[in-house]
Order: sequence, then C-alpha cells, then structure tokens
Amino acid sequence: MKKFTCFLIALAMVMSLAACGGSSNGGSSTGGSTTPAASGGSTATEPAPDGSTEAAAGAFKIGGTGPLTGGAAIYGNAAKNGAQIAVDEINAAGGIQFDLRYEDDTHDAEKAVNAYNALKDWGMQISLGSVTSKPCEATSTETYADRIFALTPSASSTAVIEGKDNQFQMCFTDPNQGTASAQYIAEQNLGTKIAIIWKNDDVYSKGIHDTFIDEANARGMAVVSDTTFADGNDTDFSVQLSDAQKNGADLVFLPMYYQPASLIFAQANAMGYAPKWFGVDGMDGILTMEGFDPALAEGVMLLTPFNADATDAKTANFVQKYQDAFGEIPNQFAADGYDCVYAYAQALQAAGATPDMTAEQLNDLMIAQFTSMTFDGITGTSMTWDASGAVSKSPKGMIIQNGAYVGMD
Amino acid sequence: MKKLTKTSRRNYLTYLIVIAAFVILQILRTTGAMSSSLKGMLVPICAYMVMAASLNLTVGILGELSLGHAGFMSVGAFTGTTVAIALQDAVPAAPLRLFLALIAAAVGAALAGFLIGIPVLRLNGDYLAIVTLAFGEIIKAIFNNLYLGLDSRGLHVSLLADTTNTAPDGKMIIQGPMGIGGIQKISTFTAGFLLVMISLIVIFHLTGSRAGRAIMAIRDNRIAAESVGVNITKYKMMAFVTSAALAGSAGALFAMNYSTIVANKFDFNTSILVLVFVVLGGLGNMLGSLVAAAALTILPEALRQFADYRMLVYAIVLILVMLATNNPTIKAFFGRLKPGSRSGKEAA
Repeated sequence: MKKFTCFLIALAMVMSLAACGGSSNGGSSTGGSTTPAASGGSTATEPAPDGSTEAAAGAFKIGGTGPLTGGAAIYGNAAKNGAQIAVDEINAAGGIQFDLRYEDDTHDAEKAVNAYNALKDWGMQISLGSVTSKPCEATSTETYADRIFALTPSASSTAVIEGKDNQFQMCFTDPNQGTASAQYIAEQNLGTKIAIIWKNDDVYSKGIHDTFIDEANARGMAVVSDTTFADGNDTDFSVQLSDAQKNGADLVFLPMYYQPASLIFAQANAMGYAPKWFGVDGMDGILTMEGFDPALAEGVMLLTPFNADATDAKTANFVQKYQDAFGEIPNQFAADGYDCVYAYAQALQAAGATPDMTAEQLNDLMIAQFTSMTFDGITGTSMTWDASGAVSKSPKGMIIQNGAYVGMD
Repeated sequence: MKKLTKTSRRNYLTYLIVIAAFVILQILRTTGAMSSSLKGMLVPICAYMVMAASLNLTVGILGELSLGHAGFMSVGAFTGTTVAIALQDAVPAAPLRLFLALIAAAVGAALAGFLIGIPVLRLNGDYLAIVTLAFGEIIKAIFNNLYLGLDSRGLHVSLLADTTNTAPDGKMIIQGPMGIGGIQKISTFTAGFLLVMISLIVIFHLTGSRAGRAIMAIRDNRIAAESVGVNITKYKMMAFVTSAALAGSAGALFAMNYSTIVANKFDFNTSILVLVFVVLGGLGNMLGSLVAAAALTILPEALRQFADYRMLVYAIVLILVMLATNNPTIKAFFGRLKPGSRSGKEAA
C-alpha cells in the first residue's frame, strides 16, 4: 500500500501542475506519463511559458523578488507598488515600455532563488534584485553568474554588491546608515547619553549597530546602554528599556524594522519612559502598521532618504498617485522602487537599448550607464553610482509629527 | 539463486526509481528542456530528500518523534561550509572539497547527535519530542551568536560579540546573525543524487541488519525488547546518530547551494516541514519520504501563478492528499491492482 501512497502523491502533483500549466499558458500541459518517482519532478520541466500574455511586444521585461507575504511584507509590497506606478507612468508616456513582474520570496534566501529562477523562465532582461538584504545576497550571486543587471531598491547589506560588477543599489548600504545616524545625532546635538537596542540575529540591525558604535566612539559620544533581542524573544522589551532608563539615556537609537519598534514604543510608554527615539529606514512604515496607535510614535526621528511631505512636483505627484491606488502614504521602499524604474528608463534611453537585446547585452550597457550617469529621483537628487555599485546621495532627517513624517531640516 | 524477500525487492525498486529519476532529469537538464525554476530546485530537493529519509529513520523505524531535526541540518550546514571555506586554497578541486565538507558535516552532526542523545534517549514519546524541539532552538541560538574567523594564525572563535581579532589578512567565516556569506556554490545535482543513494543504502542496510531488527523491536514494544536482552540505549543511539549524520550532510549540501546561509533558516518550521514529508510519505516508507519531499518542494513553486492564493491552495492540496492516501476505498482499489503493480504504474 505504500506504493499507492507514493503514486497518489505523484498523481496529485501531476494534476496540480497540469492545472497550473493550463491556466497560465493556454493549455499546453502535457504532464504525467513517466515513472512514479520522477513524475513529480519531470512534469515540471515543460518549457517555460513563452512570455506573459499581456506583454506588449517591444517591452523591457523587468523582474524583482521581495517579501509580498509574511513578516516583512510591507517592504516587498511597497517596493512593488512604487515600481508599478513608475512603470504605468512610463508606459503611458510612450517611448520605452516596461513589463514588470514581482515574485514573492517571503524574506528567505532559498525562496528568493526559486523566485528569481521563475523570473528567468519568464524571460526577465533586467532585474530589480530583491527587496530585503539576505535574500538579495543570494539572488545577487545568481544575477552575477547569469550576467543579468540588477538594481535593488532597498537591499542595503554590503555583501549584496561586494565583488559583483553588475549589482547596484538605490538605497544606502547598512554601514553608511550607522555612520550617518551617528553623525546626524552628533551634529544636531540630539542626545548626550545614548542607548541602543538592536536585534542580534539580523544582518541589517547588526550592520548598522556596528558602524554606529564605531562612529560614536570616534566622536566621543557616550553610549550608556547597548542591549539586544532576537527572533523569538522580540515581544518583551522591559529589560532593555529599564537598562536604558537606569543609565539615564536621553536618546534611544533603534536600528531595526518597525514591528519590534512598535512594541518598544508601547512598552516605554507604559513604563513612563520618554526619551528621544531615533530610527533608520526600517522604521519607515510604522505609521501604516495595522493596530498601531500613531500617537505612540510621536516625536520619533528617523534617517531616511525619502520624505513624503516634500513639496516638489515629482514627490507630490508620486504620493498622490500612490494614495489613490493603494490608499496609504508611500514609505521609503515605495519611493526606492519608483526611482529604480525611472533610473532604468533614463539609462536605457541614454544607451539606446532596445527590448530585443539579450539580458547580457543590456547588462554591459547598463554597467556603462550607471557608473557614468547622474540621476534625479524622489529619494535624492544628483545621485551617482561608483563602480562598486553603491549609491551616493544625502540622507534626510525626518520626525513624526501628528501622525505624519515631516522633514527636520 | 535465493529468491529476494519482499523487503529487499522493495529496496531495489526504490534504488531503481531514484536512479531512473536521476537519469531522466539529467537528460532533460543537459538537453535544455528543463526550466530554470526546476533546475534551481534540484539540489535543495536532494537535500530535503536526505532530510526526510533520515528523519524517517528516527520517526518511522525507531518510533521516536523528533522535532529538532533542522538542528542537525544546521550543525551540518555550518560545519560543512566552514570546512569548505577553510580548504578553499588547500583543496582546489571542488568535488573533492565538497566531499570532505560533507564528511565533516556528517561527523559534526553525528557528534551533536551523540551528545544530545545521551540525555534525550532516556526519555520517551512526548518528553523526547519536547527536548528535541528545545535542542533545535539551542542550536539556532548558538549559531546566531557564534563568530568564527580564519587567518594565518589559525581559527578564532568567540561567542556573543565579535572578539575574534581576526587579522586583516584573514576572513570572518561565521558572523553571528549574518551567518556565512560568500559561499562558493559547489553543490551539484550529481553530488545530491549520490548523497540520496548513499543515505538509502545506509538506511536500508541498517534496517535490514540484526541491529535494525532490534531497533524495530524497541519501536514495537520496548518492554518486550528489553526483556529479551536488547540493549535499548545502544540501539536507540545507533539509529539517532545515523539519522543525525545523514541530516548533517544534507545540511551541508543545502548550504553550499546558496551563496549565503543563516541560522534562522533552520528553525522550528524547517523541522516541521521535514516531519510533514515523513508523515505524508508514510512512516517507515523511504520511497514515500523521497517522493513527498520532492513533491512538497516543487508544489509551492508550481503554485506561483495563484499569487496570493497559493498558500491556501497548498494547504488544500495537502489536506486532499492526506485524505486520499487514507481513504479505505482508494486503498482497496489500489490493493486490487497490487499484484500487477508494475503494469499499474505504467498505465499511470
């Protein structure tokens, strides 16, 4: 009877695959007549669907992976939505046409590589990398080996671009954020005694923490409390907060994503501890978090390259469109996604690239363009990239006032 | 010639199916008829197959529920990758380096299995399950706080914070929460296939041996087994350590298929995922575990077009498969086909 178990599983697989094949590429599913053990695998080997159906002829296929579900979904969806708005605008204007596709990687390196391979089957020509750092580290190795150019909106770890000539970033690298935060705090005299709470099993948090400490030491700033948490014990912060309070910290630096930060604000509020809060770009998104009282985040400062309150025409237009389409104020990730697509449009235009070029040809053109061009976007003006792939632009200090981000300078 | 027993016939059938699957996939791969999506999944599928088969040894053959199997995978992944990186210059040939890394991973995980086995195997049933669960979490916490650097003066280890003082000419291998980065991708499908075959040979030989019968006797009735003089601890340990060693090599194979690996990957969810492979494939049924591991690794990817609904569809498919495989009518239907099971398969 065990063989039937196997057989049935294989059968179920075949059916599900056949069903999928049917829905996507017009019934070319021919799954199912191989040996039992291989059937699960071999039926999935049908040639990739020959392009998506709605793709206009002569459109550049750009693809990216990001967490569209799970704990980090807010980032993936924001980047995807931002990129989609840019694609719609550019397509409507005529000229260069884009066909955008995002695949879910649930913030996991293994899934990200799977998602990347799915995009490759789809025929992706240029890539938006991955939205979060660790998955992007994995996919950047793939895009590097396959010679597909990638510009990630928000994967900020240095390992993403290190030693890879065709990987570029739209966001700051983590070390830059730590250094810039320490500089900003010192220059603006925001605090004298500083506490740091960080997540010690997270690349992003650790990268920022380490460089922040280095810069703070170099500047002689007093770091009076340095406490950590990790996955699994990220719901109770009373120990870390009382340590900061006991040591008289008047500014708490939170290099982390917004979810644990929201709990920290609530718990500090409950224990009557009200220091200045300083966050980095992962804090962005806290105001749109479900079930979070924005009043708790009042007065929180964060360093982010994008300011949704900016009055210039480009930003205002983007924020308006984003609100109309998705009903919320865009965060920095959305702006990064938007800028990535516009940077591509500018580079492709300047290089005279055509959509019938292969990914490899486009790769060489894009490397030449990105290392030489200057780009004005909504996350910064006069951005340039060096050969390593890191971007050069200036961060903006923001403060949360009356439930909205307001520029500090 | 001696007639083959039913068990060995089934074992040879399993070997045959795995080899046939490998040959078919290899042909598809070299002729370019395979999608990149599946190509990218071949090595992880092999790793998950070994994981499922090895867990089946603990759960199906030994009869103890282990919820920390990903812990052994983690030990193997970190040990194996560290060895591979350390030998990068000394052993330039990638296949040899992979082989050494897999051996090191198996040894490392076996050692972990032995150490954890000493207290754990004194327990039974639910208690054992809970302790293995804790073990998985401990391993995750350790690797999340472990720093390992390599330079001309040798290896440097530190816990909690990076105080290894690795010389500038050296490099950090394990960087706490950032795991291992910059791994050379040396895992290949062929290596994965060989590992699956070796695991099957080890497991089938163990279960077919005198020791294997003792292990199954413990599963079926511990007291009866003890009363006829079976050394419970010894045989339990044998199965547990073998299972851990295989899981360790699977972990190393998995890790070296990606350029980066973090301890959080091998969490409770991964342990449960592997347990699902085993339960779905049938306790004690190796071929079932392999098929379930392959099917459930491919399924989420094959469901990508359902976008947000794919998780729902995945769960529904899982429930349907569970129901179908336990349906008496369907079982009886296939039971009737059993004598001609070969022709039945060809018809499929």
